[in-house]
Amino acid sequence: MAHFTKATSVKDWLNQRLAIDTIEKVMGSEYWIPKNINFLWAMGMVLVITFVLLLVSGIFLLMYYQPNIETAFYSVNFTIMRDVDFGWLWRHVHGVAASVVFLIIYIHMFTGIYYGSYKKGREMIWISGMLLFVAFSAEAFSGYMLPWGQMSYWAGMVITNLFSGGSLHADGLVEWIRGDYVPAQAFLTRFFMLHVLLIPLAILGLIALHFGSLRIPHVNNQDGEEIDFEKESKRYLNGDKAGSKVMRFANDFMSKDMMVVGVYLIFFFYLVFYNYGFAMDPVNFDPADGLKTPAHIYPEWYFLWSYEILRPFSVDIGLIAFGFAQVIFVLLPFLDRSPNTVAANRRGLFRIWFWMMLINMIILTAMGKLPPSGIYSTIGFFAAILFIAQWIALPFITMFEKKV
Amino acid sequence: MKNKEPLILAVVVVFSLITYYLVEPFAHHVLHKHVESEGFVYADLPALTKTGNVANGKELVMGAGACTGCHAVEAVGMPAAMEPQMAAASYGVNPPDLSNAGAIYDAKFLADLIKNPAHALKVAHKFDATKGQAHPMAPFSGAGGDIEQEVADMVAYLQSIAIKPEAVTPKIAFENACGRCHALSYEKWTQLGEKPSFKYKKDALAFDIKVLEYEDSLKAYMGKLPPDLSMYIRSRGEHFISTLIENPQNQLEGTAMPRVGVTAQTAEKVIEYLEDAGDTKRHEREEIGKNVMIYIVIFAIFALLWKKQVWKELH
Ligand code: HEC
Ligand code: HEC
Ligand code: HEM
Repeated sequence: MAHFTKATSVKDWLNQRLAIDTIEKVMGSEYWIPKNINFLWAMGMVLVITFVLLLVSGIFLLMYYQPNIETAFYSVNFTIMRDVDFGWLWRHVHGVAASVVFLIIYIHMFTGIYYGSYKKGREMIWISGMLLFVAFSAEAFSGYMLPWGQMSYWAGMVITNLFSGGSLHADGLVEWIRGDYVPAQAFLTRFFMLHVLLIPLAILGLIALHFGSLRIPHVNNQDGEEIDFEKESKRYLNGDKAGSKVMRFANDFMSKDMMVVGVYLIFFFYLVFYNYGFAMDPVNFDPADGLKTPAHIYPEWYFLWSYEILRPFSVDIGLIAFGFAQVIFVLLPFLDRSPNTVAANRRGLFRIWFWMMLINMIILTAMGKLPPSGIYSTIGFFAAILFIAQWIALPFITMFEKKV
Repeated sequence: MKNKEPLILAVVVVFSLITYYLVEPFAHHVLHKHVESEGFVYADLPALTKTGNVANGKELVMGAGACTGCHAVEAVGMPAAMEPQMAAASYGVNPPDLSNAGAIYDAKFLADLIKNPAHALKVAHKFDATKGQAHPMAPFSGAGGDIEQEVADMVAYLQSIAIKPEAVTPKIAFENACGRCHALSYEKWTQLGEKPSFKYKKDALAFDIKVLEYEDSLKAYMGKLPPDLSMYIRSRGEHFISTLIENPQNQLEGTAMPRVGVTAQTAEKVIEYLEDAGDTKRHEREEIGKNVMIYIVIFAIFALLWKKQVWKELH
């Protein structure tokens, strides 16, 4: 048993029992961050803040939401939006955060791709990140079911239908997922459970894994420089703060994180109060009606690119392409065969690959919302082909990359 | 090394804005047909050429015009001939009380309505008298004199008994112009009027049954039950509803919903009422939004100053 002495202060008391000084060092003051990183490295913290906003606003909504197909719409649109003080505010915060979190996730992902932050020991950061992406997607989809509006119902119908696997006709699987032949009470209750319990738990666990996986390789930097963290941190601790190539996470980098968070929150609350329409689809303010198919059914904007990879093909090929698009990003660390962990603009063909991928995904996103006919359908078709071709080409173009 | 952050920020912002533009304004433009407002001028209807005589109009409305045979005019003590659900059983819909018709509806529209309801209401595609599909509101074919004069007299009379157009509240506008067809449950409105709070469950159920009976007749008349409009301000938006009111056929071709022929001012009031129902907290949102923005900007300034201070020693 450890030896305990009479505590000299509350801090000392805690220190003897919980080693809070050590924890503070490990998590903050002696968690070393390279200095040559830009504000894009604050996106992780922005994601943490947005997740906290989602969690807190979600808890408030949960106090009045009713997971019942007869009352869900009313509990959201009347009780929460009108009756409960500030209910509207929590709902708008929750809805806007759910949409904006994806914008930040995409920025965060493309930052990782651009700087090659998924290579050389950082594979687990990338993989845990992709698992977070999947978990957030499931969280967003299940949350979208809850108001039981027209888009909840019909998006639920269309997306669960995908599980029939085209010509496999696995209708039994679809029914098993829905708990009924069509989306109904069983469907709503289980998606409610997923949204408020199981997936948030998974997300919390994955965030811990994501942070843990950052520990050993440290975060990357914008110059692709290999930093000797031992040496540089000694230099810092010996007083040469300006000469060292690293800084403390707290308060050094955290002060920058907070600055970026400040700017982000201005943007975020502007959206919450003055421009929330993009995050709360008008169609979902019509109550669910299984007899009335909406003129256009489309998912939220952040799913559009993968939806568009599904659409332009025949059912079976579309499903295969869709499945491909869902998993392929996870494999990035293994498909990129180049030894260089530097910014894409120094990597020859990969530079073109990167910008084409980004632009193509924006094109896919735009086409995913438009009706699949005429010119839009053609553009979508070629964009989808290009997406797949780029991933197939990736190992080859990176294999021959010159070492920089 | 030169600071690349402004350039990086510009790249992030530009790509985000392009994506936003494509999935929001551009997609809306492609998905929804765009209908311009015509300013509620009803250019297809002939202008009133005669100046109406109120006293004459009164006689016509109560007598030869037969309006009160179907419509109540509570303002001058003329009650409805039957209960609403009974009226709906005979006409398909309860003919509205005309007390404030003069303030709610456009004068040109009223004149045309009296002479030819199916035309003014733009439901001629459903009601063709030559095929035996008469509109439930019988057209007025004249009381022996100059029909234009007689119609102008009736319009003048309706205007004389109505409240001032400025006094039309959002609630009055909605109840008169839309309330016979559309429920607005978030404001407790049913097609029979505001749902009272009953002491006994039996009475509440009896009321509900009357509403259901009314809705059955209405559904048979219209082909479908007009929707509860509680959240329509969020699902359709102001522009859609305003242009729909002006001419439903522009937005939903062949629809059974009539052109109700309200003035521009009444239409605004109707929209305001729908906002009260479905976007109740809009004023509070503006107010709180301002304060939150001020607070966050101050937070961001402090965060910036803190960063500057911490980083001074790092270079
Ligand atoms: C045979 C019964 C009948 C008579 C007579 C009649 N109405 Fe109507 N009126 C109706 C019905 C039914 C409606 C509702 C029609 C609908 O909503 O489709 C109506 C609707 C109206 C409306 C509302 C139109 C709108 O734009 O929403 C006005 C105003 C009106 N009548 C005025 C008159 C006047 C003035 C007269 C006398 C010249 C008159 N009515 C005579 C049955 C009648
Ligand atoms: C005589 C009955 C009648 C009156 C009066 C009436 N409506 Fe309607 N309304 C309908 C019917 C029927 C529909 C369904 C139309 C359809 O789906 O084709 C409808 C549909 C609507 C819709 C939904 C359109 C859509 O996109 O599906 C709105 C919004 C609406 N009405 C607003 C109003 C407003 C505002 C007023 C009053 C200014 C009004 N209506 C007066 C019968 C009426
Ligand atoms: C939504 C939940 C997420 C949270 C809360 C989160 C949080 C963080 C944080 C705090 C960091 C360290 C600081 C930084 O570099 O930004 C980080 C790094 C990283 N994240 Fe995430 N992240 C999330 C999702 C993702 C996703 C979806 C991916 C993509 C697959 C991803 C990939 C990475 C990578 C590659 C790094 C390392 C960056 C580097 O070393 O330079 N993360 N994340």
